[in-house]
Amino acid sequence: MDIVVCIKRVPATDTAIKIAADGKSIDPTGVNFELNAYDEFALEQALRIKEQLNAGSVTVVTIGPKDSKKQLDDALARGADKAVLLSTTEWMFDGAQTAAALAAWIKTVPCNLVLCGRQAVDSDNNQMAGNLAARLGFACVTEVGKLTLENGVFTAERDIEGAREVVTSKTPAVISCNKGLNEPRYANLKGIMAAKKKPFVEQPAQLGARGVEIQALTLPAARAAGKILGNGADAVPALIAALREQKAL
Amino acid sequence: MSNIVVIAEARGGALKRPSLEAVTAALGLAKQTGGKVIAVLCGSGLDAACAELGKSGANQIVAIDGASFANYSGDAWAKAIADQCKAHAATAVLMAHTAMGKDLLPRVSAQLDGSVLTDTVELAFAGGAFTAKKPVFAGKATMTAKATKLPFCATLRPNNFAPATGGSGAEVQKVAAPGGDLLAVVKEIIAAAGGKTPLQEAKVVVAGGRGLKEAQHFKLIEDLAAAFGPGVAAVGASRAVVDAGWRPHGEQVGQTGKVVSPPLYFAIGISGAIQHLAGMRTARTIVAINKDADAPIFKVADFGIVGDAFEVVPALTKAIQALVAGK
Ligand SMILES: Cc1cc2nc3c(=O)[nH]c(=O)nc-3n(C[C@H](O)[C@H](O)[C@H](O)COP(=O)(O)OP(=O)(O)OC[C@H]3O[C@@H](n4cnc5c(N)ncnc54)[C@H](O)[C@@H]3O)c2cc1C
Ligand SMILES: Nc1ncnc2c1ncn2[C@@H]1O[C@H](COP(=O)(O)O)[C@@H](O)[C@H]1O
Repeated sequence: MDIVVCIKRVPATDTAIKIAADGKSIDPTGVNFELNAYDEFALEQALRIKEQLNAGSVTVVTIGPKDSKKQLDDALARGADKAVLLSTTEWMFDGAQTAAALAAWIKTVPCNLVLCGRQAVDSDNNQMAGNLAARLGFACVTEVGKLTLENGVFTAERDIEGAREVVTSKTPAVISCNKGLNEPRYANLKGIMAAKKKPFVEQPAQLGARGVEIQALTLPAARAAGKILGNGADAVPALIAALREQKAL
Repeated sequence: MSNIVVIAEARGGALKRPSLEAVTAALGLAKQTGGKVIAVLCGSGLDAACAELGKSGANQIVAIDGASFANYSGDAWAKAIADQCKAHAATAVLMAHTAMGKDLLPRVSAQLDGSVLTDTVELAFAGGAFTAKKPVFAGKATMTAKATKLPFCATLRPNNFAPATGGSGAEVQKVAAPGGDLLAVVKEIIAAAGGKTPLQEAKVVVAGGRGLKEAQHFKLIEDLAAAFGPGVAAVGASRAVVDAGWRPHGEQVGQTGKVVSPPLYFAIGISGAIQHLAGMRTARTIVAINKDADAPIFKVADFGIVGDAFEVVPALTKAIQALVAGK
């Protein structure tokens, strides 16, 4: 099975977000970028499927700035066979534009399975898998927490409101990976050395029209500092009264 | 004519409440565009859901009904819905940001080669363009974006719009669900034990953290949730207790868990790490119970009690029980 893993670099989750002077982007000073946490599950699953079948290939791809090479190198060190950087100068947030460009590229390579993360924790879109699948004509299961492959058919489990869905899917397919799917491995020294000899391709992304345009990025209004109503169980009546006054009860 | 399509969701024959919230948002947009609101839904046996949608104020209902659609299949449903969007010349397509909405709407947007924005909290049509606000960076910032490609397809965060109730029946058009080859199909739905209220739909979320010290102490949290009566409250958890194996991942609230926006949220023995806040900071009223007066959670809570959860929570549970019994 030839697997494409879509990855994205995102600001580390504990980063304090500052808005840049243009009012539309984030101020990158002091921001540490890391591999999107959900993409680690996608990469790990790809490596496990390749190990299970003892055949096929794992290619990682990102559309993003040149600095994304760091995350691609990390993926190679963990075991991916090949990395592709479709370079841009911008922060990719537009779902339609990114999905169209990724789908166009995927059509040019051998691929029966696309794995991606549930969502990129910068734009928090959670839309890539479905969008790609519809453009590629592939089957699709999103937010998968358990995945098995037998005789070329996937069985995937995903949480829905109050229940778990079991979905069977043919290949070719796009699957988006949730937390709980697996425990990602990290790169070891051997992997890091081996990565240096693996194919790395860089070419400009072929971006089409935008679907949406950012007009503003703002920080949320700080919640008014809370009111401490007291200490211990004695404060319960005051809490009930406050909640009733707010019509929260 | 600039019509708005709402993709409604029925499960087990019943309409999901967030679908009515999406109708509210669509009616607001349609007032500006001068178009109609068309609610489209898929499934098998949709009459009850259509009747309920009829009361929402949507101008028209399209039910794509048939045995082949008895189980959800994103690929087949997206195609059938996209065809309806085209037939009704939709310039915007809305759906609630539920498990199905997140899965289905992006596919519809691709079928229509439209734009897509998910988890929106505000929508507008002004100066000839759709605009939307949505939280980004785990709620650390809000993005305002303008659609530059139509149709504009968006999911809406639940609990953010009032459910629509302003109608007295609408024309229902029945469309036979197409048969044919399904690429992926739901084989089975395993209900969570005890018919629990889904976390994202609960009116009250009672969340517990490491301050509870041990898995079995979550009984305190469960009891408080139960005190609100059946179907009202759900239990949530911080990542620390999910990682410790005390609670299932499905209950985790936060950046790598679920984002909830209930009218009332209790954070009990939860410190208020930024990744946790990402999942609950838009709750309408936040109550924190923590023995550390300096815990960051008190900075976002509307009301706080400084104290030992083991003492405060049982007292609170009793008070809520009394209140609910008296109603
Ligand atoms: C990439 C990444 C993603 C993450 N995603 C999430 C996420 O989705 N959700 C999430 O929650 N976290 C997430 N985290 C983890 C987060 O940073 C915190 O570690 C976690 O939220 C802490 O959980 P906690 O508040 O239960 O525990 P702690 O931080 O240990 O806090 C326990 C609190 O309980 C109080 N306490 C102790 N005893 C009592 C008592 N008897 N009565 C009352 N209060 C008491 C303490 O004062 C303290 O404030 C993520 C972290 C990373 C790096
Ligand atoms: N610019 C990108 N390049 C490659 N993959 C991406 C990109 N953006 C998103 N993805 C993939 O799509 C998943 C979901 O992202 P999103 O729909 O943007 O939240 C991510 O976890 C990645 O696997």
